[in-house]
Amino acid sequence: MTPENQPSLPSAAWKPRIVAFFCNWCTYTAADLAGVSRMKHAANLRVIRLMCSGRVDPQFIVDALAKGADAVLIGGCHPNDCHYAEGNYKCLRRYQMLQRLLADMGIEPERLRLEWISAAEGEKVKRVVNEMVETVTKLGPLGLPQKFAQWDEEMEHFAEHVAAGEAAADGGCTEHGTKTQPLETAHA
Amino acid sequence: MPKPKVAFYWCASCGGCEETVVDLAEDILGVVEAVDIVFWPCAMDFKKADVEAMPDQSIVATLLNGAIRTTEQEEMARLLRRKSQVLIAYGACAHLGGIPGLANQFPREQILRYVYEESPTTINESRQRPQLKFAENGREVALPELHNVVRSLDQVVDVDYYVPGCPPTPKLTKAAVTALLENRLPPKGSVIAPDVALCDECPRKATKPADIAFTQFKRPHQVLMDPEKCFLAQGVVCLGPGTRSGCEAACTVGGMPCTGCFGPTSRVRDQGLKMLSSLCANVAPKEEADINQVLAGIPDPVGTFYRYGLAKSLLRRKVNLPAE
Repeated sequence: MTPENQPSLPSAAWKPRIVAFFCNWCTYTAADLAGVSRMKHAANLRVIRLMCSGRVDPQFIVDALAKGADAVLIGGCHPNDCHYAEGNYKCLRRYQMLQRLLADMGIEPERLRLEWISAAEGEKVKRVVNEMVETVTKLGPLGLPQKFAQWDEEMEHFAEHVAAGEAAADGGCTEHGTKTQPLETAHA
Repeated sequence: MPKPKVAFYWCASCGGCEETVVDLAEDILGVVEAVDIVFWPCAMDFKKADVEAMPDQSIVATLLNGAIRTTEQEEMARLLRRKSQVLIAYGACAHLGGIPGLANQFPREQILRYVYEESPTTINESRQRPQLKFAENGREVALPELHNVVRSLDQVVDVDYYVPGCPPTPKLTKAAVTALLENRLPPKGSVIAPDVALCDECPRKATKPADIAFTQFKRPHQVLMDPEKCFLAQGVVCLGPGTRSGCEAACTVGGMPCTGCFGPTSRVRDQGLKMLSSLCANVAPKEEADINQVLAGIPDPVGTFYRYGLAKSLLRRKVNLPAE
């Protein structure tokens, strides 16, 4: 449900969208196990399988958020169990700093979660996903694409103002003077 | 044949980029010989009205430095875009938002309040702020408005090329101007500098360890640094591995680590996150508490990883700030 402080976002229709990066050897297999065991969990997850949690580039996480995900879940092998020996530690270290950076950038820590889930822990996938959907539902939408568009409204307003001024002064070019430039988005 | 027309302009920047143009020294005579400078407010007496009077696309190239932060800068960027065949984002601020982009961590009101009321060197008992409009004796004067968001040039208008750096070196500037005059321009959107990491041209490269395990991050003022050894091997944060080369390793040769002003290479979208990824993955400990103790050696992640690139990063700005 949309909290009152974000009135511009669609309310009733909104459900959290969570992007999950699962490692091939443990967590993805666990999610598969949850499936074949016919466990039911919230369906808000978009799972992306990577070979290792050590492959989760912080750019993937932030790009997911910037493109409209409300939260990101990373799943990897337990410490000492990484198929590639060290990948999950690399992931943990990046995660620790990324949490600090995201906090400085105004993103709640609950929107990024790292869990160690072994191939046998289908039940844990179910629990973690359900918990996370509940938490993010309470937080409400992150809505970054909408925010970026809002931020750029100040430019559109100003472009209109300039165009109007030029038209009034008749100093503008007839071809371009009254047209505003297309706005570059952050991800062009 | 008339000489090609060139313009220079500055927006939210410190003036260092203009300085680099002057740092071309004798070479600037060759440039002046080859081109007609039709607009350069910092050095020559042309006005906005002169630019407005030019036909569209009549300027061959405009080198614009500085981030876009005020309505005036935005208006000039749009005007110069319209009048120019080629628009070059010159320097880190136009390229990435630069140091002014760090203001994207704060709301506009807080910035204005600090600058006009709270800063230790401000005496302003009546709490006056600059007004956008002021009328006296029947005449009205206006000031530009500060935008809420600091932007790189390409977040406002279409940009053809980028010359990176804080500031760009005279050598890169000359290369860009020469390429322009000889019509040997790279594909549109190119950054005119080598597309490899700074380490490639750093004289300390030989001592860069293949395997690194940080047990502590030290800041340059906290340690006596070896003048020849790789900074990373000394536990000093150096953004060289995540930064484009082309500066001839000016900082690392001069005894200071790279802070990232040339921006990322073409394979990286977000320089700060890539550098965070590289540095933090190589922290030695494996337990959360020990990891955090090492990472505490980087007290300001945004200022460290996004010193020049916050405005152009994936998030652009602290996301919970007001849009108005």
